[in-house]
Amino acid sequence: MAQYNFPTDCFYTKEDEWVRVDDDRTSLGITDYAQQQLGDIVFIELPAAGEEVKQGEPFGVIESVKAVSDLYAPVTGRVVERNAALDESPELANESCYEDGWLLVIEPTDEAEFEDLMNAKEYADYVAERDED
Amino acid sequence: MARQTAKRTPVYDVHVKLGGRLVEFAGFDMPVQYSSILEEHAAVRERAGLFDVSHMGQIHISGPGALAACEQLLSCPVASLRPGRIRYGLLCNEAGGVVDDVTVYRIADDELMLCVNAANIAKDADWIRAHVRDTAAGPGRGATVDDRSEQTGMLALQGPAAPELLTRLSGPELASIRRFRFAVITVAGVEALVSNTGYTGAPGFELYVPAEAVSGLFETLLEAGSAAGVIPAGLGARDTLRLEAALPLYGHELDAETSPLAAGLERFVKRDAGGFIGAEAIEKRAAAGHPEVLVGFEVEGRGIARAGYPVVRDGQPIGRVTSGAPSPTLGRSIGLAYVRPDASPEGSVLGVEVRNRELPVRVVPTPFV
Repeated sequence: MAQYNFPTDCFYTKEDEWVRVDDDRTSLGITDYAQQQLGDIVFIELPAAGEEVKQGEPFGVIESVKAVSDLYAPVTGRVVERNAALDESPELANESCYEDGWLLVIEPTDEAEFEDLMNAKEYADYVAERDED
Repeated sequence: MARQTAKRTPVYDVHVKLGGRLVEFAGFDMPVQYSSILEEHAAVRERAGLFDVSHMGQIHISGPGALAACEQLLSCPVASLRPGRIRYGLLCNEAGGVVDDVTVYRIADDELMLCVNAANIAKDADWIRAHVRDTAAGPGRGATVDDRSEQTGMLALQGPAAPELLTRLSGPELASIRRFRFAVITVAGVEALVSNTGYTGAPGFELYVPAEAVSGLFETLLEAGSAAGVIPAGLGARDTLRLEAALPLYGHELDAETSPLAAGLERFVKRDAGGFIGAEAIEKRAAAGHPEVLVGFEVEGRGIARAGYPVVRDGQPIGRVTSGAPSPTLGRSIGLAYVRPDASPEGSVLGVEVRNRELPVRVVPTPFV
């Protein structure tokens, strides 16, 4: 059975993204489960600062060697910063998906949306269900 | 679920044990990767990778009419193929399209083996049997067709470390098996037909063994090669490796409509001699001019131009990508595409539509590496 890391300070979506609030900085990225499923990540397309992302809607694209996947916003907000390091080193999203491989920093517009998300325990159960095939 | 209907090769349990990620391919549950496609790709280029390719098919044609039947079935010359030698060729239909691309082994004077794509085994066997039946009164008289795919296991050991490892497990006779030749030798106690062939653009061998011996041999090869950095490799790396070598994949670069000449496979087509199924149509189509020809391209900048994406020039559609992936060796994205002939010269700069944007690509010579 595969081993995954789901930090308890993040919230999670069914589309396998995480979002974390540190003081006034809200960052998001893909989960350890997502990066293991994707395999080697070779290209990530992200919106620029100032653009809007909407909860549950695609905001970008992540490509592994074999496949193209949409990225879905965990909450609605305005992009404050995109992780430009991923342009040269998309593998950061594999190697450090919760730290150096973050995708966006956003300014959420509706705090209530966080209630729609899963905590680490709920997400781990959700992943385990799918892993059983 | 499809998962329950998919077939398994005899190596399936080992794939699971090694942590292979299984996907359905050509009706088989096959490992797409074990560790990482990029790592497995690099292993084949730098050391060696071991692939289970037991899903592939082996069709034996034997008897007095075997040679004549194969000469008519295949685009490449067969009668001049000496025992112990191999050629690549196409099974074509009457319209000059491709039924399958295969390697043909001259096993003995009156026995040939075709190694065929997994997805096409039943289709090929039917096609070959129908042809042999049709010519029962003619040159194919006395040929028998035997699909031994289920009884045959197949491994591909590919990479620069392959000869040394295989010599260690067999003997000095391995060195006598030059490119596109084969011999039956004993490898780690298993009688194997070992051919100096592959689908990676790397040096290496393919081993045909009885189905019941293939799983054990897979493990033995991995164990014996581990110190030399030999690792198991899956279909993901197999695809990026064959793309770097610009080897066509049936269903992508080749299908029932494609002429082998449009696919750049002229050197595998007996154009002067003719005499094979599809030959006339192939010549007729060539004389009329192919509406699209296959080219290799490199992406300029970032992004991946994948199979199915449209190729455009000046905003007009002029073709389609048939295969596209990042090239781990080059560090750039590469691909193959059918484009109008006037867009095919090397150096042509074209566009590929990727998510409503145009990604610039440049036509380059192949193979890519």
